[in-house]
Amino acid sequence: MEKRVRFRSTWLPWALLAPQLAVIGVFFFWPAGQALLQSVQIQDAFGATREFVGLDNFRQLFADQTYIDSFKTTAIFSVLVAGFGISIALVLAVFADRVLRGSAVYKTLLVWPYAVAPAVAGVLWLFMFAPSIGIVPYALRLIGYEWNHLLNADHAMALIVMAAVWKQISYNFLFFLAGLQGIPKSLIEAAAIDGAGPWRRFWTIVFPLLSPVTFFLLVINIVYAFFETFAIIDASTQGGPGKETAILVYRVYYDGFKGLDLGSSAAQSVVLMAIVIALTVVQFRYIEKKVQY
Amino acid sequence: MAPHCVRYPPRGRVSILGRTGDTDMVERRPALTVLTHLVLILGVLIVAFPVYVTVVASTHTAQAIVQAPMPLVPGDQMLQNYMAVLVGTDAGAGSAAPVGRMMFVSLVSALTIALGKITISLLSAFAIVYFRFPFRNFFFWAIFVTLMLPVEVRIGPTYEVVSDLGMLNSYAGLTVPLIASATATFLFRQFFLTVPDELAEAARIDGAGPMRFFWDVLLPLSRTSIAALFVIQFIYGWNQYLWPLLVTTQENMYPVVMGIKRMIAGGDAANDWNLIMATAMLAMLPPAFVVLLMQKWFVKGLVETEK
Repeated sequence: MEKRVRFRSTWLPWALLAPQLAVIGVFFFWPAGQALLQSVQIQDAFGATREFVGLDNFRQLFADQTYIDSFKTTAIFSVLVAGFGISIALVLAVFADRVLRGSAVYKTLLVWPYAVAPAVAGVLWLFMFAPSIGIVPYALRLIGYEWNHLLNADHAMALIVMAAVWKQISYNFLFFLAGLQGIPKSLIEAAAIDGAGPWRRFWTIVFPLLSPVTFFLLVINIVYAFFETFAIIDASTQGGPGKETAILVYRVYYDGFKGLDLGSSAAQSVVLMAIVIALTVVQFRYIEKKVQY
Repeated sequence: MAPHCVRYPPRGRVSILGRTGDTDMVERRPALTVLTHLVLILGVLIVAFPVYVTVVASTHTAQAIVQAPMPLVPGDQMLQNYMAVLVGTDAGAGSAAPVGRMMFVSLVSALTIALGKITISLLSAFAIVYFRFPFRNFFFWAIFVTLMLPVEVRIGPTYEVVSDLGMLNSYAGLTVPLIASATATFLFRQFFLTVPDELAEAARIDGAGPMRFFWDVLLPLSRTSIAALFVIQFIYGWNQYLWPLLVTTQENMYPVVMGIKRMIAGGDAANDWNLIMATAMLAMLPPAFVVLLMQKWFVKGLVETEK
Protein backbone atom coordinates (compact mmCIF):
# COMPACT_ATOMS: atom_id res chain seq x y z
CA MET A 1 0.00 0.00 0.00
CA GLU A 2 1.38 3.37 -1.01
CA LYS A 3 0.30 6.95 -0.59
CA ARG A 4 -0.73 8.88 -3.69
CA VAL A 5 -0.11 12.21 -2.06
CA ARG A 6 3.41 12.90 -0.86
CA PHE A 7 5.40 15.84 0.34
CA ARG A 8 8.50 16.94 -1.49
CA SER A 9 11.72 17.65 0.31
CA THR A 10 15.25 16.46 -0.27
CA TRP A 11 16.46 16.71 3.29
CA LEU A 12 13.43 16.47 5.58
CA PRO A 13 12.82 12.68 5.38
CA TRP A 14 16.46 12.07 6.26
CA ALA A 15 16.25 14.40 9.22
CA LEU A 16 13.08 12.67 10.40
CA LEU A 17 14.67 9.25 10.17
CA ALA A 18 18.00 10.30 11.64
CA PRO A 19 17.26 9.71 15.36
CA GLN A 20 15.90 6.19 14.85
CA LEU A 21 18.68 5.27 12.41
CA ALA A 22 21.35 6.60 14.77
CA VAL A 23 20.02 4.50 17.65
CA ILE A 24 19.65 1.28 15.68
CA GLY A 25 22.99 1.79 13.96
CA VAL A 26 24.99 2.46 17.10
CA PHE A 27 23.19 0.19 19.57
CA PHE A 28 21.80 -2.60 17.40
CA PHE A 29 23.66 -3.24 14.17
CA TRP A 30 27.15 -2.31 15.28
CA PRO A 31 27.00 -4.54 18.41
CA ALA A 32 25.32 -7.36 16.47
CA GLY A 33 28.16 -7.15 13.92
CA GLN A 34 30.68 -7.15 16.76
CA ALA A 35 29.04 -10.26 18.21
CA LEU A 36 29.35 -12.00 14.85
CA LEU A 37 32.99 -10.92 14.57
CA GLN A 38 33.92 -11.87 18.14
CA SER A 39 32.29 -15.26 17.73
CA VAL A 40 35.02 -16.23 15.26
CA GLN A 41 37.87 -14.68 17.27
CA ILE A 42 39.76 -15.39 20.44
CA GLN A 43 40.55 -12.41 22.59
CA ASP A 44 42.81 -12.28 25.62
CA ALA A 45 41.37 -11.02 28.88
CA PHE A 46 42.67 -7.47 28.38
CA GLY A 47 41.42 -7.14 24.81
CA ALA A 48 44.97 -6.50 23.58
CA THR A 49 45.21 -9.23 20.97
CA ARG A 50 42.62 -10.85 18.76
CA GLU A 51 43.09 -13.93 16.68
CA PHE A 52 40.84 -15.36 14.00
CA VAL A 53 39.90 -18.90 14.94
CA GLY A 54 37.09 -19.72 12.52
CA LEU A 55 34.33 -21.80 14.07
CA ASP A 56 36.41 -22.95 17.04
CA ASN A 57 34.25 -21.06 19.54
CA PHE A 58 31.14 -22.80 18.24
CA ARG A 59 32.86 -26.20 18.23
CA GLN A 60 33.95 -25.68 21.84
CA LEU A 61 30.51 -24.48 22.78
CA PHE A 62 28.70 -27.52 21.45
CA ALA A 63 31.37 -29.85 22.84
CA ASP A 64 30.63 -28.39 26.28
CA GLN A 65 28.19 -30.69 28.02
CA THR A 66 27.00 -27.89 30.33
CA TYR A 67 25.94 -25.83 27.28
CA ILE A 68 23.97 -28.77 25.88
CA ASP A 69 22.41 -29.14 29.33
CA SER A 70 21.53 -25.46 29.27
CA PHE A 71 19.71 -26.06 25.97
CA LYS A 72 17.75 -28.87 27.59
CA THR A 73 16.98 -26.71 30.62
CA THR A 74 15.71 -23.94 28.36
CA ALA A 75 13.57 -26.39 26.36
CA ILE A 76 12.01 -27.93 29.48
CA PHE A 77 11.46 -24.50 31.02
CA SER A 78 9.77 -23.03 27.91
CA VAL A 79 7.54 -26.06 27.40
CA LEU A 80 6.40 -25.90 31.04
CA VAL A 81 5.88 -22.12 30.99
CA ALA A 82 4.03 -22.14 27.66
CA GLY A 83 2.00 -25.25 28.57
CA PHE A 84 0.85 -24.13 32.01
CA GLY A 85 0.56 -20.46 31.06
CA ILE A 86 -1.64 -21.17 28.06
CA SER A 87 -3.86 -23.84 29.65
CA ILE A 88 -4.54 -21.94 32.86
CA ALA A 89 -5.27 -18.74 30.93
CA LEU A 90 -7.58 -20.61 28.55
CA VAL A 91 -9.60 -22.11 31.42
CA LEU A 92 -9.96 -18.68 33.07
CA ALA A 93 -10.86 -16.98 29.78
CA VAL A 94 -13.48 -19.59 28.87
CA PHE A 95 -15.17 -19.13 32.24
CA ALA A 96 -14.81 -15.33 32.18
CA ASP A 97 -16.42 -15.32 28.73
CA ARG A 98 -19.50 -17.04 30.23
CA VAL A 99 -19.99 -14.34 32.83
CA LEU A 100 -22.17 -11.49 31.67
CA ARG A 101 -22.40 -9.32 34.74
CA GLY A 102 -19.24 -8.73 36.74
CA SER A 103 -16.91 -9.97 34.04
CA ALA A 104 -15.16 -6.58 33.95
CA VAL A 105 -14.32 -7.08 37.63
CA TYR A 106 -12.81 -10.50 37.01
CA LYS A 107 -10.90 -9.13 34.07
CA THR A 108 -9.44 -6.25 36.09
CA LEU A 109 -8.49 -8.63 38.89
CA LEU A 110 -6.72 -10.96 36.46
CA VAL A 111 -4.81 -8.55 34.19
CA TRP A 112 -2.69 -6.56 36.63
CA PRO A 113 0.20 -9.07 37.04
CA TYR A 114 1.23 -8.00 33.53
CA ALA A 115 2.45 -4.79 35.14
CA VAL A 116 4.69 -6.57 37.65
CA ALA A 117 8.37 -6.55 36.68
CA PRO A 118 9.80 -10.05 36.11
CA ALA A 119 12.50 -9.31 38.70
CA VAL A 120 9.85 -8.36 41.28
CA ALA A 121 7.86 -11.51 40.41
CA GLY A 122 11.02 -13.50 41.10
CA VAL A 123 11.48 -11.83 44.48
CA LEU A 124 7.83 -12.37 45.47
CA TRP A 125 7.91 -16.08 44.69
CA LEU A 126 11.35 -16.47 46.25
CA PHE A 127 10.00 -14.99 49.47
CA MET A 128 6.92 -17.24 49.52
CA PHE A 129 9.07 -20.32 48.90
CA ALA A 130 12.18 -19.44 50.92
CA PRO A 131 13.00 -22.81 52.56
CA SER A 132 13.41 -21.69 56.17
CA ILE A 133 11.04 -18.72 56.44
CA GLY A 134 8.63 -19.03 53.49
CA ILE A 135 4.94 -19.55 54.07
CA VAL A 136 4.56 -22.30 51.45
CA PRO A 137 7.46 -24.52 52.64
CA TYR A 138 5.98 -24.17 56.13
CA ALA A 139 2.59 -25.37 54.89
CA LEU A 140 4.24 -28.18 52.93
CA ARG A 141 6.17 -29.28 56.01
CA LEU A 142 2.88 -29.63 57.87
CA ILE A 143 1.79 -32.23 55.34
CA GLY A 144 5.20 -33.88 55.47
CA TYR A 145 6.84 -32.51 52.32
CA GLU A 146 10.28 -30.95 52.53
CA TRP A 147 10.74 -28.05 50.06
CA ASN A 148 14.20 -26.75 49.36
CA HIS A 149 14.95 -25.18 46.01
CA LEU A 150 18.49 -24.39 47.18
CA LEU A 151 19.28 -28.12 47.14
CA ASN A 152 16.68 -29.70 44.90
CA ALA A 153 16.92 -28.90 41.18
CA ASP A 154 13.31 -29.88 40.48
CA HIS A 155 12.11 -27.53 43.18
CA ALA A 156 14.21 -24.73 41.70
CA MET A 157 12.74 -25.37 38.25
CA ALA A 158 9.22 -25.48 39.72
CA LEU A 159 9.83 -22.14 41.44
CA ILE A 160 10.89 -20.28 38.29
CA VAL A 161 8.11 -21.89 36.24
CA MET A 162 5.50 -20.76 38.78
CA ALA A 163 6.83 -17.21 38.86
CA ALA A 164 7.07 -17.02 35.06
CA VAL A 165 3.58 -18.49 34.53
CA TRP A 166 2.06 -16.21 37.16
CA LYS A 167 3.37 -13.17 35.32
CA GLN A 168 2.34 -14.35 31.87
CA ILE A 169 -1.22 -15.56 32.58
CA SER A 170 -2.76 -12.11 32.29
CA TYR A 171 -1.35 -11.60 28.80
CA ASN A 172 -2.60 -14.97 27.55
CA PHE A 173 -5.93 -14.41 29.27
CA LEU A 174 -6.57 -11.12 27.43
CA PHE A 175 -5.83 -12.65 24.04
CA PHE A 176 -8.00 -15.71 24.68
CA LEU A 177 -10.86 -13.55 25.93
CA ALA A 178 -10.64 -11.39 22.79
CA GLY A 179 -10.57 -14.54 20.66
CA LEU A 180 -13.58 -16.01 22.45
CA GLN A 181 -15.58 -12.84 21.99
CA GLY A 182 -14.88 -13.02 18.27
CA ILE A 183 -16.58 -16.41 17.93
CA PRO A 184 -20.10 -15.99 16.52
CA LYS A 185 -22.69 -16.95 19.11
CA SER A 186 -24.90 -18.44 16.41
CA LEU A 187 -22.45 -21.33 16.00
CA ILE A 188 -22.61 -22.17 19.69
CA GLU A 189 -26.39 -21.89 19.73
CA ALA A 190 -26.77 -24.10 16.68
CA ALA A 191 -24.68 -26.75 18.39
CA ALA A 192 -26.73 -26.39 21.58
CA ILE A 193 -29.97 -26.91 19.63
CA ASP A 194 -28.45 -30.02 18.13
CA GLY A 195 -27.97 -31.27 21.67
CA ALA A 196 -24.23 -30.73 22.22
CA GLY A 197 -23.37 -30.01 25.85
CA PRO A 198 -20.88 -27.35 26.99
CA TRP A 199 -17.97 -29.81 27.10
CA ARG A 200 -18.63 -31.11 23.58
CA ARG A 201 -19.22 -27.58 22.24
CA PHE A 202 -15.91 -26.43 23.65
CA TRP A 203 -13.86 -29.19 22.02
CA THR A 204 -15.66 -29.31 18.68
CA ILE A 205 -16.32 -25.60 18.06
CA VAL A 206 -14.63 -23.19 20.44
CA PHE A 207 -11.21 -24.80 20.72
CA PRO A 208 -10.69 -25.28 16.95
CA LEU A 209 -11.79 -21.69 16.28
CA LEU A 210 -9.33 -20.48 18.91
CA SER A 211 -6.43 -22.35 17.32
CA PRO A 212 -4.96 -19.26 15.61
CA VAL A 213 -4.86 -17.44 18.95
CA THR A 214 -3.44 -20.51 20.69
CA PHE A 215 -0.69 -20.87 18.11
CA PHE A 216 0.14 -17.18 18.28
CA LEU A 217 0.34 -17.39 22.09
CA LEU A 218 2.51 -20.49 21.86
CA VAL A 219 5.13 -18.57 19.87
CA ILE A 220 4.88 -15.51 22.12
CA ASN A 221 5.16 -17.62 25.28
CA ILE A 222 8.21 -19.45 23.98
CA VAL A 223 9.87 -16.13 23.12
CA TYR A 224 8.94 -14.93 26.61
CA ALA A 225 10.38 -18.01 28.30
CA PHE A 226 13.57 -17.83 26.23
CA PHE A 227 14.35 -14.14 26.51
CA GLU A 228 12.27 -12.29 29.06
CA THR A 229 12.63 -14.52 32.09
CA PHE A 230 16.25 -13.66 32.77
CA ALA A 231 15.19 -11.31 35.56
CA ILE A 232 12.97 -13.93 37.22
CA ILE A 233 15.84 -16.40 37.33
CA ASP A 234 18.47 -13.89 38.40
CA ALA A 235 16.24 -12.67 41.22
CA SER A 236 15.21 -16.09 42.50
CA THR A 237 17.45 -19.10 41.80
CA GLN A 238 20.39 -17.44 40.00
CA GLY A 239 20.66 -20.47 37.79
CA GLY A 240 21.06 -22.77 40.80
CA PRO A 241 21.19 -24.99 42.76
CA GLY A 242 24.11 -25.96 40.44
CA LYS A 243 23.39 -24.89 36.89
CA GLU A 244 20.02 -26.61 36.68
CA THR A 245 18.00 -23.44 36.08
CA ALA A 246 20.59 -21.59 33.98
CA ILE A 247 18.72 -21.03 30.72
CA LEU A 248 20.60 -19.90 27.59
CA VAL A 249 20.14 -16.17 28.20
CA TYR A 250 21.35 -16.56 31.76
CA ARG A 251 24.48 -18.30 30.48
CA VAL A 252 25.29 -15.57 27.94
CA TYR A 253 25.19 -13.05 30.75
CA TYR A 254 27.07 -15.24 33.17
CA ASP A 255 29.85 -16.34 30.80
CA GLY A 256 30.28 -12.84 29.36
CA PHE A 257 30.09 -10.71 32.49
CA LYS A 258 31.07 -13.04 35.33
CA GLY A 259 33.27 -15.51 33.47
CA LEU A 260 34.68 -12.90 31.03
CA ASP A 261 34.85 -15.52 28.27
CA LEU A 262 34.09 -13.13 25.40
CA GLY A 263 34.56 -15.56 22.53
CA SER A 264 32.17 -18.09 24.02
CA SER A 265 29.70 -15.40 25.03
CA ALA A 266 29.72 -13.98 21.49
CA ALA A 267 29.23 -17.45 19.99
CA GLN A 268 26.28 -17.96 22.37
CA SER A 269 24.88 -14.60 21.24
CA VAL A 270 25.02 -15.75 17.63
CA VAL A 271 23.22 -19.01 18.52
CA LEU A 272 20.52 -16.98 20.30
CA MET A 273 20.21 -14.64 17.31
CA ALA A 274 19.54 -17.65 15.10
CA ILE A 275 16.83 -18.80 17.52
CA VAL A 276 15.15 -15.37 17.60
CA ILE A 277 15.23 -15.12 13.81
CA ALA A 278 13.65 -18.56 13.49
CA LEU A 279 10.93 -17.72 16.03
CA THR A 280 10.22 -14.35 14.37
CA VAL A 281 9.89 -15.96 10.95
CA VAL A 282 7.42 -18.52 12.35
CA GLN A 283 5.46 -15.72 14.01
CA PHE A 284 5.20 -13.59 10.87
CA ARG A 285 4.37 -16.42 8.53
CA TYR A 286 1.51 -17.16 10.86
CA ILE A 287 0.31 -13.57 11.08
CA GLU A 288 -0.57 -13.58 7.39
CA LYS A 289 -2.96 -16.44 8.00
CA LYS A 290 -4.26 -15.07 11.28
CA VAL A 291 -7.60 -13.69 10.15
CA GLN A 292 -9.67 -16.80 9.93
CA TYR A 293 -13.05 -15.98 11.30
CA MET B 1 -12.95 -5.54 12.69
CA ALA B 2 -9.82 -7.48 13.52
CA PRO B 3 -10.40 -10.68 15.44
CA HIS B 4 -8.43 -9.56 18.43
CA CYS B 5 -10.12 -6.27 19.10
CA VAL B 6 -11.28 -6.58 22.66
CA ARG B 7 -14.62 -4.96 23.17
CA TYR B 8 -15.81 -4.10 26.57
CA PRO B 9 -18.48 -4.80 27.56
CA PRO B 10 -18.94 -7.73 25.18
CA ARG B 11 -21.37 -6.95 22.42
CA GLY B 12 -24.95 -7.86 23.22
CA ARG B 13 -25.68 -11.47 22.70
CA VAL B 14 -29.21 -12.45 21.96
CA SER B 15 -29.76 -16.04 22.79
CA ILE B 16 -32.78 -17.76 21.41
CA LEU B 17 -32.89 -19.96 24.46
CA GLY B 18 -33.00 -17.01 26.81
CA ARG B 19 -30.52 -15.40 29.09
CA THR B 20 -30.50 -16.53 32.68
CA GLY B 21 -28.92 -15.40 35.87
CA ASP B 22 -25.80 -13.36 35.60
CA THR B 23 -23.96 -15.57 33.19
CA ASP B 24 -24.34 -15.53 29.48
CA MET B 25 -25.19 -18.92 28.17
CA VAL B 26 -27.17 -20.65 25.59
CA GLU B 27 -29.00 -22.82 28.04
CA ARG B 28 -29.86 -23.05 31.74
CA ARG B 29 -27.14 -24.81 33.70
CA PRO B 30 -27.10 -23.46 37.24
CA ALA B 31 -24.39 -25.90 38.31
CA LEU B 32 -22.11 -24.65 35.56
CA THR B 33 -22.78 -21.05 36.60
CA VAL B 34 -21.70 -21.84 40.15
CA LEU B 35 -18.62 -23.62 38.82
CA THR B 36 -17.82 -20.62 36.61
CA HIS B 37 -17.71 -18.24 39.55
CA LEU B 38 -15.84 -20.73 41.72
CA VAL B 39 -13.10 -21.19 39.12
CA LEU B 40 -12.79 -17.45 38.51
CA ILE B 41 -12.70 -16.59 42.21
CA LEU B 42 -10.10 -19.30 42.79
CA GLY B 43 -8.07 -17.90 39.88
CA VAL B 44 -8.26 -14.36 41.23
CA LEU B 45 -7.24 -15.54 44.72
CA ILE B 46 -4.25 -17.54 43.48
CA VAL B 47 -3.13 -14.65 41.29
CA ALA B 48 -3.48 -12.22 44.20
CA PHE B 49 -1.93 -14.39 46.91
CA PRO B 50 1.74 -13.50 46.29
CA VAL B 51 0.87 -9.82 46.50
CA TYR B 52 -1.20 -10.32 49.64
CA VAL B 53 1.78 -12.01 51.30
CA THR B 54 3.92 -9.09 50.16
CA VAL B 55 1.55 -6.52 51.65
CA VAL B 56 1.41 -8.40 54.95
CA ALA B 57 5.20 -8.84 55.11
CA SER B 58 5.71 -5.13 54.47
CA THR B 59 3.72 -4.24 57.60
CA HIS B 60 5.63 -6.33 60.17
CA THR B 61 9.04 -6.20 61.79
CA ALA B 62 11.84 -8.30 60.30
CA GLN B 63 11.78 -10.53 63.40
CA ALA B 64 8.07 -11.28 63.05
CA ILE B 65 8.55 -12.48 59.49
CA VAL B 66 11.45 -14.84 60.01
CA GLN B 67 9.56 -16.82 62.66
CA ALA B 68 7.83 -19.51 60.63
CA PRO B 69 4.98 -19.33 60.03
CA MET B 70 5.00 -15.66 59.22
CA PRO B 71 1.86 -13.76 60.23
CA LEU B 72 -0.93 -13.75 57.67
CA VAL B 73 -2.69 -10.60 58.81
CA PRO B 74 -1.24 -7.11 58.40
CA GLY B 75 0.84 -5.75 61.28
CA ASP B 76 1.35 -2.22 62.57
CA GLN B 77 4.79 -1.44 61.16
CA MET B 78 3.62 -0.21 57.80
CA LEU B 79 4.49 3.46 58.21
CA GLN B 80 7.90 2.73 59.75
CA ASN B 81 8.85 0.22 57.03
CA TYR B 82 7.84 2.37 54.09
CA MET B 83 9.46 5.48 55.55
CA ALA B 84 12.63 3.49 56.25
CA VAL B 85 13.00 2.21 52.69
CA LEU B 86 12.11 5.51 51.05
CA VAL B 87 14.91 7.39 52.81
CA GLY B 88 17.31 4.44 53.08
CA THR B 89 18.47 2.38 56.02
CA ASP B 90 21.80 1.29 57.35
CA ALA B 91 20.55 -2.08 58.48
CA GLY B 92 20.35 -5.37 56.65
CA ALA B 93 22.76 -7.54 54.75
CA GLY B 94 22.32 -6.11 51.29
CA SER B 95 22.17 -2.67 49.71
CA ALA B 96 20.38 -0.02 51.77
CA ALA B 97 20.20 2.83 49.28
CA PRO B 98 17.15 5.10 49.52
CA VAL B 99 14.29 3.68 47.47
CA GLY B 100 12.86 7.17 46.99
CA ARG B 101 15.84 7.97 44.80
CA MET B 102 15.46 4.65 42.92
CA MET B 103 11.79 5.39 42.23
CA PHE B 104 12.84 8.73 40.79
CA VAL B 105 15.45 7.09 38.54
CA SER B 106 12.85 4.53 37.40
CA LEU B 107 10.29 7.22 36.69
CA VAL B 108 12.68 9.37 34.66
CA SER B 109 13.93 6.32 32.72
CA ALA B 110 10.47 4.89 32.05
CA LEU B 111 9.10 8.24 30.87
CA THR B 112 12.15 8.90 28.68
CA ILE B 113 11.96 5.43 27.14
CA ALA B 114 8.20 5.61 26.50
CA LEU B 115 8.16 9.16 25.13
CA GLY B 116 11.43 8.63 23.23
CA LYS B 117 10.15 5.49 21.52
CA ILE B 118 6.90 7.20 20.57
CA THR B 119 8.64 10.34 19.25
CA ILE B 120 11.28 8.71 17.09
CA SER B 121 8.81 6.13 15.79
CA LEU B 122 6.26 8.80 14.82
CA LEU B 123 8.96 10.72 12.94
CA SER B 124 10.31 7.64 11.16
CA ALA B 125 6.85 6.43 10.18
CA PHE B 126 5.97 9.90 8.87
CA ALA B 127 9.13 9.98 6.75
CA ILE B 128 8.54 6.49 5.37
CA VAL B 129 4.87 6.98 4.52
CA TYR B 130 4.74 10.60 3.31
CA PHE B 131 8.03 11.00 1.40
CA ARG B 132 9.72 9.29 -1.47
CA PHE B 133 13.49 9.13 -1.17
CA PRO B 134 16.34 6.72 -1.96
CA PHE B 135 16.68 3.62 0.28
CA ARG B 136 13.24 4.20 1.79
CA ASN B 137 12.35 0.51 1.84
CA PHE B 138 15.81 -0.44 2.97
CA PHE B 139 15.47 1.80 6.03
CA PHE B 140 12.05 0.45 6.82
CA TRP B 141 13.37 -3.09 6.80
CA ALA B 142 16.46 -2.08 8.79
CA ILE B 143 14.17 -0.77 11.53
CA PHE B 144 12.00 -3.85 11.26
CA VAL B 145 14.92 -6.27 11.61
CA THR B 146 15.79 -4.86 15.04
CA LEU B 147 12.86 -6.97 16.28
CA MET B 148 15.22 -9.90 15.90
CA LEU B 149 18.00 -8.31 17.94
CA PRO B 150 16.75 -8.09 21.52
CA VAL B 151 19.30 -6.83 24.02
CA GLU B 152 19.84 -10.37 25.30
CA VAL B 153 21.48 -11.53 22.09
CA ARG B 154 23.99 -8.69 21.82
CA ILE B 155 24.61 -7.86 25.45
CA GLY B 156 28.42 -7.94 25.49
CA PRO B 157 29.11 -5.70 22.46
CA THR B 158 26.27 -3.30 23.32
CA TYR B 159 27.76 -2.86 26.77
CA GLU B 160 31.13 -2.09 25.16
CA VAL B 161 29.59 0.59 22.95
CA VAL B 162 27.84 2.26 25.87
CA SER B 163 30.97 2.10 27.96
CA ASP B 164 33.13 3.53 25.12
CA LEU B 165 30.68 6.40 24.75
CA GLY B 166 31.02 7.16 28.47
CA MET B 167 27.32 6.52 29.07
CA LEU B 168 27.63 4.16 32.06
CA ASN B 169 25.77 5.33 35.17
CA SER B 170 23.81 7.97 33.28
CA TYR B 171 20.20 8.44 32.23
CA ALA B 172 21.39 8.43 28.61
CA GLY B 173 22.95 4.99 29.12
CA LEU B 174 19.81 3.68 30.81
CA THR B 175 17.44 4.92 28.10
CA VAL B 176 18.91 5.78 24.68
CA PRO B 177 19.91 2.22 23.68
CA LEU B 178 16.34 1.11 24.41
CA ILE B 179 14.36 3.75 22.53
CA ALA B 180 14.53 2.29 19.03
CA SER B 181 11.22 0.61 18.35
CA ALA B 182 10.32 -1.56 15.41
CA THR B 183 6.85 -2.31 16.76
CA ALA B 184 5.95 1.35 17.33
CA THR B 185 7.29 2.38 13.91
CA PHE B 186 5.33 -0.42 12.28
CA LEU B 187 2.17 0.48 14.19
CA PHE B 188 2.31 4.18 13.23
CA ARG B 189 3.15 3.29 9.62
CA GLN B 190 0.08 1.07 9.43
CA PHE B 191 -2.02 3.80 10.96
CA PHE B 192 -0.73 6.57 8.66
CA LEU B 193 -1.50 4.39 5.64
CA THR B 194 -5.18 4.40 6.64
CA VAL B 195 -5.33 8.20 6.91
CA PRO B 196 -7.24 9.48 3.84
CA ASP B 197 -5.02 11.02 1.15
CA GLU B 198 -7.47 13.92 0.87
CA LEU B 199 -6.23 15.29 4.18
CA ALA B 200 -2.66 15.62 2.96
CA GLU B 201 -3.92 17.01 -0.34
CA ALA B 202 -6.06 19.62 1.38
CA ALA B 203 -3.14 20.58 3.61
CA ARG B 204 -0.92 21.01 0.59
CA ILE B 205 -3.46 23.12 -1.27
CA ASP B 206 -3.83 25.30 1.80
CA GLY B 207 -0.08 25.82 1.71
CA ALA B 208 0.74 23.86 4.86
CA GLY B 209 4.22 22.36 4.91
CA PRO B 210 4.86 18.73 5.87
CA MET B 211 5.69 19.50 9.51
CA ARG B 212 2.58 21.63 9.87
CA PHE B 213 0.52 18.72 8.50
CA PHE B 214 2.28 16.31 10.85
CA TRP B 215 1.69 18.50 13.87
CA ASP B 216 -1.86 19.71 13.16
CA VAL B 217 -3.40 16.73 11.40
CA LEU B 218 -1.52 13.46 11.93
CA LEU B 219 -0.65 13.89 15.58
CA PRO B 220 -4.21 14.62 16.76
CA LEU B 221 -5.47 11.66 14.70
CA SER B 222 -2.89 9.36 16.33
CA ARG B 223 -3.94 10.21 19.91
CA THR B 224 -5.40 6.83 20.83
CA SER B 225 -2.51 4.87 19.33
CA ILE B 226 -0.10 7.10 21.22
CA ALA B 227 -1.94 6.56 24.51
CA ALA B 228 -2.03 2.80 23.96
CA LEU B 229 1.66 2.63 23.16
CA PHE B 230 2.53 4.87 26.07
CA VAL B 231 1.00 2.45 28.58
CA ILE B 232 2.85 -0.55 27.14
CA GLN B 233 6.17 1.25 26.78
CA PHE B 234 6.01 2.87 30.22
CA ILE B 235 5.62 -0.58 31.78
CA TYR B 236 8.40 -1.89 29.54
CA GLY B 237 10.69 0.95 30.65
CA TRP B 238 9.82 0.70 34.35
CA ASN B 239 10.36 -3.07 34.40
CA GLN B 240 13.81 -3.11 32.77
CA TYR B 241 16.25 -5.25 34.67
CA LEU B 242 19.06 -6.78 32.61
CA TRP B 243 20.07 -3.51 30.94
CA PRO B 244 20.32 -1.43 34.17
CA LEU B 245 22.20 -4.35 35.72
CA LEU B 246 24.90 -3.90 33.07
CA VAL B 247 25.13 -0.12 32.78
CA THR B 248 24.76 1.02 36.39
CA THR B 249 27.30 0.41 39.11
CA GLN B 250 26.46 3.36 41.38
CA GLU B 251 23.61 3.08 43.85
CA ASN B 252 22.30 6.54 42.97
CA MET B 253 21.57 5.37 39.42
CA TYR B 254 19.81 2.09 40.31
CA PRO B 255 16.24 1.82 39.09
CA VAL B 256 14.00 0.32 41.79
CA VAL B 257 13.36 -2.99 39.99
CA MET B 258 17.07 -3.67 39.99
CA GLY B 259 17.74 -2.10 43.39
CA ILE B 260 15.36 -4.53 45.06
CA LYS B 261 17.48 -7.46 43.91
CA ARG B 262 20.55 -5.81 45.42
CA MET B 263 18.80 -5.76 48.80
CA ILE B 264 18.76 -9.55 48.89
CA ALA B 265 22.21 -10.58 49.93
CA GLY B 266 22.30 -13.04 52.76
CA GLY B 267 20.49 -16.30 53.41
CA ASP B 268 16.77 -16.54 54.07
CA ALA B 269 16.77 -15.11 57.55
CA ALA B 270 19.59 -12.58 57.16
CA ASN B 271 17.56 -10.29 54.93
CA ASP B 272 15.24 -7.55 56.13
CA TRP B 273 12.30 -9.09 54.32
CA ASN B 274 9.88 -6.50 55.66
CA LEU B 275 11.88 -3.76 53.94
CA ILE B 276 12.45 -5.80 50.78
CA MET B 277 8.72 -6.46 50.52
CA ALA B 278 7.90 -2.79 51.12
CA THR B 279 10.28 -1.98 48.26
CA ALA B 280 8.59 -4.64 46.10
CA MET B 281 5.24 -2.94 46.76
CA LEU B 282 6.69 0.44 45.81
CA ALA B 283 8.19 -1.07 42.63
CA MET B 284 4.86 -2.64 41.64
CA LEU B 285 2.55 0.27 42.35
CA PRO B 286 3.33 2.73 39.52
CA PRO B 287 3.00 0.27 36.61
CA ALA B 288 -0.01 -1.45 38.21
CA PHE B 289 -1.60 1.96 38.65
CA VAL B 290 -1.01 2.78 34.99
CA VAL B 291 -2.56 -0.53 33.89
CA LEU B 292 -5.62 -0.13 36.09
CA LEU B 293 -6.23 3.54 35.32
CA MET B 294 -5.62 3.19 31.60
CA GLN B 295 -7.01 -0.32 31.16
CA LYS B 296 -8.74 0.51 27.88
CA TRP B 297 -5.56 1.80 26.27
CA PHE B 298 -3.52 -0.94 27.90
CA VAL B 299 -5.59 -3.66 26.22
CA LYS B 300 -5.56 -1.78 22.92
CA GLY B 301 -1.80 -1.33 23.16
CA LEU B 302 -1.16 -4.99 23.95
CA VAL B 303 -3.30 -6.20 21.09
CA GLU B 304 -1.99 -3.68 18.56
CA THR B 305 1.70 -4.03 19.26
CA GLU B 306 1.46 -7.74 18.49
CA LYS B 307 -0.12 -7.32 15.07
